[in-house]
Amino acid sequence: MLQNDSAYVKKPLPDIFLRFGFILLIVGLIMGVANFFISSERALFGYLLGYVLLVSIGVGALFLIALEYVAGADWSVPIRRVVEYFAAIVPILIILAIPIFLNLDKLFHWTHPGNDEILLGKAPYLNTSFFIIRIFICCLIWSLFYFFVTRNSQKQDTSKDQKLTTINIRFSAVFIPFFAITITVAAMDLMMSLEPHWFSTIFGVYFFASSVLASLSVVTLGVLYLKNNNFLSSRMTNDHLFSLGALLFAFINFWAYIAFSQYLLIWYANLPEENFWFLHRWEGGWAVMSILLIITHFVVPYALLLSQPAKMDPKRLRFAAIWILFAHLLDLYWLIMPQYHGDANTFISYVLDIGFPLASIGLLIIVFYFASKNKNLVAVGDPKLERGLNFRL
Amino acid sequence: MNNKKLFGITALFNTPDEIIKAAEKVSDEGFTKFDVNTPYPVHGMDNAMKLNPSKLGFITLSFGLTGTAIALFFMYYTQSIDYPMNIGGKPYFSLPAFLPVTFEVTVLLATLSTVIGMFTFFFKFPHNNHPLHDTSYMKKVSVDKFGLCIEADDPEFDENKIRELFIGLGSSEIEAIYYPEDKDIKMFAPKFLGFLALIAVITSITTYFVLNYLLYVVPFSWMSNQDKITVQKKVDFFGDGFGVRPAVSGTVARSFLPYEYKGMPQPVMPLTNPFLADEKNISLGKKKYDTFCSPCHGYFGEGDSRLRGQFPNPPSLHSEKVRTWQDGEIYHVIVNGQNVMASYAPQLSIEERWAIINYIRVLQKAKNPNEDDIQFAKKESQVNVTK
Repeated sequence: MLQNDSAYVKKPLPDIFLRFGFILLIVGLIMGVANFFISSERALFGYLLGYVLLVSIGVGALFLIALEYVAGADWSVPIRRVVEYFAAIVPILIILAIPIFLNLDKLFHWTHPGNDEILLGKAPYLNTSFFIIRIFICCLIWSLFYFFVTRNSQKQDTSKDQKLTTINIRFSAVFIPFFAITITVAAMDLMMSLEPHWFSTIFGVYFFASSVLASLSVVTLGVLYLKNNNFLSSRMTNDHLFSLGALLFAFINFWAYIAFSQYLLIWYANLPEENFWFLHRWEGGWAVMSILLIITHFVVPYALLLSQPAKMDPKRLRFAAIWILFAHLLDLYWLIMPQYHGDANTFISYVLDIGFPLASIGLLIIVFYFASKNKNLVAVGDPKLERGLNFRL
Repeated sequence: MNNKKLFGITALFNTPDEIIKAAEKVSDEGFTKFDVNTPYPVHGMDNAMKLNPSKLGFITLSFGLTGTAIALFFMYYTQSIDYPMNIGGKPYFSLPAFLPVTFEVTVLLATLSTVIGMFTFFFKFPHNNHPLHDTSYMKKVSVDKFGLCIEADDPEFDENKIRELFIGLGSSEIEAIYYPEDKDIKMFAPKFLGFLALIAVITSITTYFVLNYLLYVVPFSWMSNQDKITVQKKVDFFGDGFGVRPAVSGTVARSFLPYEYKGMPQPVMPLTNPFLADEKNISLGKKKYDTFCSPCHGYFGEGDSRLRGQFPNPPSLHSEKVRTWQDGEIYHVIVNGQNVMASYAPQLSIEERWAIINYIRVLQKAKNPNEDDIQFAKKESQVNVTK
């Protein structure tokens, strides 16, 4: 039963992995830039969509790392490197934010409050320089955690020093409160302030639920791909997949719980100050999107992941993970795009909206490739690896 | 050798790895009726014992769905069909408000059915006294040992073979377990039932005390005694002392738009009837006429009061005057009243007043038909007969 060999053979990722990433990135960028020629404003909203997708996946992955250390989980140790390499997108988030900083006046209408008393009242918080400072500080905190934790984790591969795990546990425990604050600030700044008259105190939690979901589905897809092609330890079983599936299932329910809590209170009180945000998403075609969001983001994945065999079967789990990633994209689209009030609403514009999210996925794959280059895909020095590999239901 | 009936043979092991290895070996040997007892859940045990997934989930699922259906149907029937109530201007069937209750009932039924189903189907209620209970084996596996028991009714059962197998696996202690001699069902023992009754009594007393006394003691009574203004409370804030404010002058209730000739004599230009005398309107008129008009005017408008002379009888509605009146003139009488008749404006909405007038026209036509009406009625009845 007990083996002392992690059964992991180090080998580089194939070039096709990188090529796939570049194809997605280039196709996405071409579509996004084409959108710029039709309407630069709409393309900016598309860019924001792609950027928030990267934020949700990267920051969600950081949370998964911190959660493993704080909870003392064993089962996720064999796949922690996959999470770490997906989180490698975090340090470049600040660079990717520059186009948003340069076009704040086109995206956010609190940049020109005019005589609007509500916006003038919120001006001490919602102003250009403080916005840039906040996003910069958020990115800084995330990047610091990323660099510190992954450096210790990599060091452990050769030194096998148990103390590094202890340090990372302490660092993760400190990080989690900061994570809660930064993800709330980021969600409010990047998406909620698109409609600066609206308020909802649960919005940060809503974004937290969907960002953990996004990173979990991306990690599940990565683990399934790497496991099928024998890049991970061959001693990993479907029980590890079950744990990923169970977490996905849990966060599907958590997302639905939070989304419904937000809706129920606003619906019940029916105050014009709050309900207009939902009413706007009930106009014309958005009504269809709102109904579709409930079905794709809750009903279908719930049914897909309910039974135990569904969580353990790689094929069914892969389908569910792709579905949830798509549903997450739909969720972000539903949050961001109704705030675009321009008139570039032709069919081709809707198609081209997919450009920047596609490019984001491509960039994620490329970053994964370079972050994992010449490094182990399994944390071979982690003292909990053996127990993690022996994990059974 | 005693004549007790053998239940099975148990073996104790010291570590979780040994018990996993033992369970694998025992199931590989072809034994099916065996069980493992451990102080805590051991990961990987289901696979080692080659267990099928539990069927308990199906009970949970079906009862959970039943709960969903019951909750939704109950709220739909009570709130939308049987006694519709306007709550905050929401629709009678408003799903968002019903979802929390639906969720609670689903979870409640699913969990209760899981526990009860487990007791009845899997533990064979009320026969819950397992032969392994009250043995030194059970005491040890509840502390720090890992135990395995092969039951005697397994088709492969052979006592000597099993003892050899256990020794080969490195078991520290092997013991045969026999069925207990007394066949009493422990669940019905007076001590147990008495204890249940005691719990019921204590719970009832506590609940009575909490609901009748504790909730009126100071910090807990803050919930019911609040400073807010309620309907019948005296309020010093307003000059007249009433909490409920009277309507602002000029307020108009729905479907009670004021009548423009209110309190005036019959107008020269009476209103015209805006409602078509269709079947629905006339049946509304009949209902309201029978309720509000017929006590004095009689069911057929002949002025034959049912009030036995307590009021002077009103004139017939079939008089030449009323038949030649325009609809608006009858409307004027309904709203303003006439002689002893009071105004019926507060009781009847605008639609109901006009519906009553349409119904009176029907009564008049039935009493005083002209030649065309008789011809028409004959034709109708012939059509009906030939049909």
